[in-house]
Amino acid sequence: MAKKHQTPMLDELEKGPWPSFVTDIKRMAETGKDACADLLGQLELSYKDKEGHWKHGGIVGVLGYGGGVIGRYSDVPDLFPGVEHFHTVRVNQPAAKYYHSESIRKIMDIWNRRGSGMLNMHGSTGDIIMLGAFTDELENIFAELTSLGWDLGGSGSALRTPSSCLGQSRCEFACINAEDICYDLTQSYQDELHRPAWPYKFKFKVDGCPNCCVASLARSDCAIIGTWRDDIRIDKAAVAAYAAGEFAANGGAHGQDVKLDIQKDVCDLCPTQCMAWDGKTLSINNKECTRCMHCINMMPRALRPGKDTGASILVGAKAPILDGAQMGSVIVPFIKMEPPYEEFKEFVEKMWEWWDENGKNRERIGETIQRLGLGTFLAAVEVEPDPRHVKEPRSNPYVFYKEDEVPGGFDRKIEDYRKRHAR
Amino acid sequence: MAERLTDIGPPKYDLFWPQVIKDNAGKWLYHDILEPGVLLHVSETGAKIWSVRCGTTRLMTTMMVEDICKLADQFCDGHFRFTTRNNVEFLVVDESKLEPLKKALKAAGNLPIGGTGASITNIVHTQGWVHCHTPAIDASGVVKAVMDDLFEYFGSHKMPAQVRISLACCLNMCGAVHCSDIAILGVHRKPPVIEHTHLDKMCEIPTTIASCPTAAIKPAKVDDFKSVAVNADRCMFCGNCYTMCPAMPLADADGDGIALWVGGKVSNSKSMPKFSKLAVPFIPNEPPRWPTTVKMVRQIVEAYVAGANRYERLGEWAERIGWERFFEKTGLEFTHHHIDDYRFAATTWRTSTQFKW
Repeated sequence: MAKKHQTPMLDELEKGPWPSFVTDIKRMAETGKDACADLLGQLELSYKDKEGHWKHGGIVGVLGYGGGVIGRYSDVPDLFPGVEHFHTVRVNQPAAKYYHSESIRKIMDIWNRRGSGMLNMHGSTGDIIMLGAFTDELENIFAELTSLGWDLGGSGSALRTPSSCLGQSRCEFACINAEDICYDLTQSYQDELHRPAWPYKFKFKVDGCPNCCVASLARSDCAIIGTWRDDIRIDKAAVAAYAAGEFAANGGAHGQDVKLDIQKDVCDLCPTQCMAWDGKTLSINNKECTRCMHCINMMPRALRPGKDTGASILVGAKAPILDGAQMGSVIVPFIKMEPPYEEFKEFVEKMWEWWDENGKNRERIGETIQRLGLGTFLAAVEVEPDPRHVKEPRSNPYVFYKEDEVPGGFDRKIEDYRKRHAR
Repeated sequence: MAERLTDIGPPKYDLFWPQVIKDNAGKWLYHDILEPGVLLHVSETGAKIWSVRCGTTRLMTTMMVEDICKLADQFCDGHFRFTTRNNVEFLVVDESKLEPLKKALKAAGNLPIGGTGASITNIVHTQGWVHCHTPAIDASGVVKAVMDDLFEYFGSHKMPAQVRISLACCLNMCGAVHCSDIAILGVHRKPPVIEHTHLDKMCEIPTTIASCPTAAIKPAKVDDFKSVAVNADRCMFCGNCYTMCPAMPLADADGDGIALWVGGKVSNSKSMPKFSKLAVPFIPNEPPRWPTTVKMVRQIVEAYVAGANRYERLGEWAERIGWERFFEKTGLEFTHHHIDDYRFAATTWRTSTQFKW
C-alpha cells in the first residue's frame, strides 16, 4: 500500500478553483512514490512549525560539471526518509519552452524511474527543474538525459541558463531572433555555463522588443532587448479600421467590445507626444519616438516596428542581495544582432574579462559597475560615453579628473605657488 | 567510463515547433485575443495559429505533464509550450479543434483558461518550504490561496491593464519580484541565531564577516569557541550571512512573514520600468491559507480597479494619484517602515511642497 501521512493543513489547499499542487502530489504519492508522500509529510510539518525543513546546501554533482545539480537534504530524514536526499537537477530548456509530447515524455520517463517525479515547469531562470533525486542516481540521470539530447543548466558562480521570449516564432513585435540568440549564446558558452569560474552568477535574457516579457532589464546581468532605428510602419487602411471601431483595442486585451479612441488612447498616452491624429491620418514624428511600444501594443494590426532592427544592451540588473535591487543600465544603445553575433560576443568577452578581474567574491557585475563607476566600465568595454547612457547628467560636482586630463598634470611645487601668493 | 556526452546544450529551439511556426516564424503580422485565454496569431501568408493559455501550478508532477501531453496529442498534434509565467499554451493549428480543446480543458478542471490581456495572470514564484533552505514563507501554498481568491480575474479581462503578481520566499528573490505590479515577499525579522559550538567547523569566519552588507558581523570568542557576534542594531535580516554560513540560521516562526510591494513593471511601454514599492511591511505567516495576505492583496487590487484609468498599470495609477492617496484608497497603514533607510534612501524622500492633503 502506498505511503501516506496525515496532512490536515495541506488538505485545506485542495479547496478552491485554482489548480491544487497538493492534489497533484497526492495522486503521485498514491502510485507508490514515497518521495511524494514524504514531501507532503515534511511540508505539513513546515506548515505546523512555520519554518522550512531543508538543510543548508550540500555539494553534489555530475562528473566534469561544476553546477547544474543543487544538493538538498531533509533535516528530519528519520521522519521522511523518501526525501532524505532531494537534490535538484536543472535541465536546460529549449529556448521559449516549446515542447512536443513525444520528446518530453521520454525525459519524464527518466524522472519517474530515477527521481521523485516532482518538477517545476519551470524554474525562475528558465530551466526545467527536476526536484528530488538521490545522490547515487545523478550520473545515471545525466547519462540518460544527454543520450536523448538534453543537457544540464547553470548554477553557482557561472553563466546561468540563458532564456528568451518566444520572439519571432509567434510574435509580430519581435525585432530580433530572440530564440536564436539565446540558443547561440547557450551553445557558444557551454564551458562558462557548466564550470563556475566567476565572482558570482551571470544571466543573459533576450527580449524581442521593449515590452520585455522575460523581464530581461530587471532580471539579467546582460539584457538583450530588440529595438529599431527607422520608422514605425503604418498600415493606413488598418488605422482607418481602428478609427471605425472594426478592430478591438490593444489586440483584444480588454475584450473584443473595447474599441480604440486613437486620440485619447494612443496619441495622448504617448510619452513623447510624437503622434498626431486629425481624424483621418495618423502621423508619427519618428525622430522623437522612444520606441516604448505603447502605440504598437494598442494597434497591432496597424502599426509595426521598423525594419532596421537590432538590440539595446542593458547591463547590471539583479535582485536585492547585496547592495539593493538594480535594473540594467544602457551600455550599448544599438547593436545589430545577426548570426553569428560576433560583434556582440566581442562585447560580452570584454565585459566578462573586466568583471573577472575586478569583481569581488559574490559581487554581481551591476555591483562592480556601481562600485567602480559606469565611466570605468564603459572604458573597459570600449564604448564611448553618450547621453543615452544616463537619465540625466550628474548633479554632483565632485568629478574624478585623471591627471592626464589636466594640462601640466598634478605635479606642482608649493614654492612656485608661494611666489605668487603670500602665506 | 564509456563515451560520455557533455556540453551538448539544450535541444534547438525549433525542434519542437509545429509546422505552421516553422513556416511563418518572422512573418507574423498581428495577434488578437479572441476571448480570455485564447490568442490568434495571423501571418503575412494568411496562416493562423490559435494558442489556448492555461494556468498551471509550476510545482507539478510528471502525471500533470502527462495530462498536458494527452491534451496536446488530442488537439495539437502533441505541440505545446510554457510561458515565462508558468502558464501552458496549447498550440492549435486546426480551428475545428479549438472548441473541443476548451471543452476538454474545462472537463479536466486542473488547467484553467485565462491569463491573457488585462487579467491577473499566473503568479511567478519560488520554492518556499517545498524545497528551499532559506525561505521565510511557503511559496506554492500562498500562491494557491491568493489565486483562489483572484480566480475571477484570471479568466477575464476586467483589470485596467495587465497585473503581474510575483512571489519570492526570501530577500534572495530567486523570483526577482522587485519589478512586479504586486510582489509577495518572504521576510525575516530576527537576526541570525548563532551556533557557536559549530560555526568554526562549518564556516569560514572571514568570508562570513565579509558577507554582511552593513558590517554587523565581527569575530568573537564564545566559551573558547572561535565564532562571530552580530550587532543586532545593524542587522537588516537579508540572510546573506546564512547563505555563506549554515551556523547562522534566521528562520523563526514568529519572526518570519510576508511583506507586500506594489507598482513595479518591466515593460518600457508608456512609463519607464519601475521598482515595486513597499505597501505592507509585515503580515505573519498564516498557513495553510494566509487569510490576511489574501485579504490585503485583494484590497490593493480592488482599489486599483476602482481608481485606475484603462491602460494604466498599478504603478502608473499610484504615481498619478500620489502615494499619499494610494494609502488612503487602499486603506493600508503607512508606518515608519515605509521610509527607506538604506543606501539609496534619500532618493525616495519628498523634496517638494507638492503633495496632497
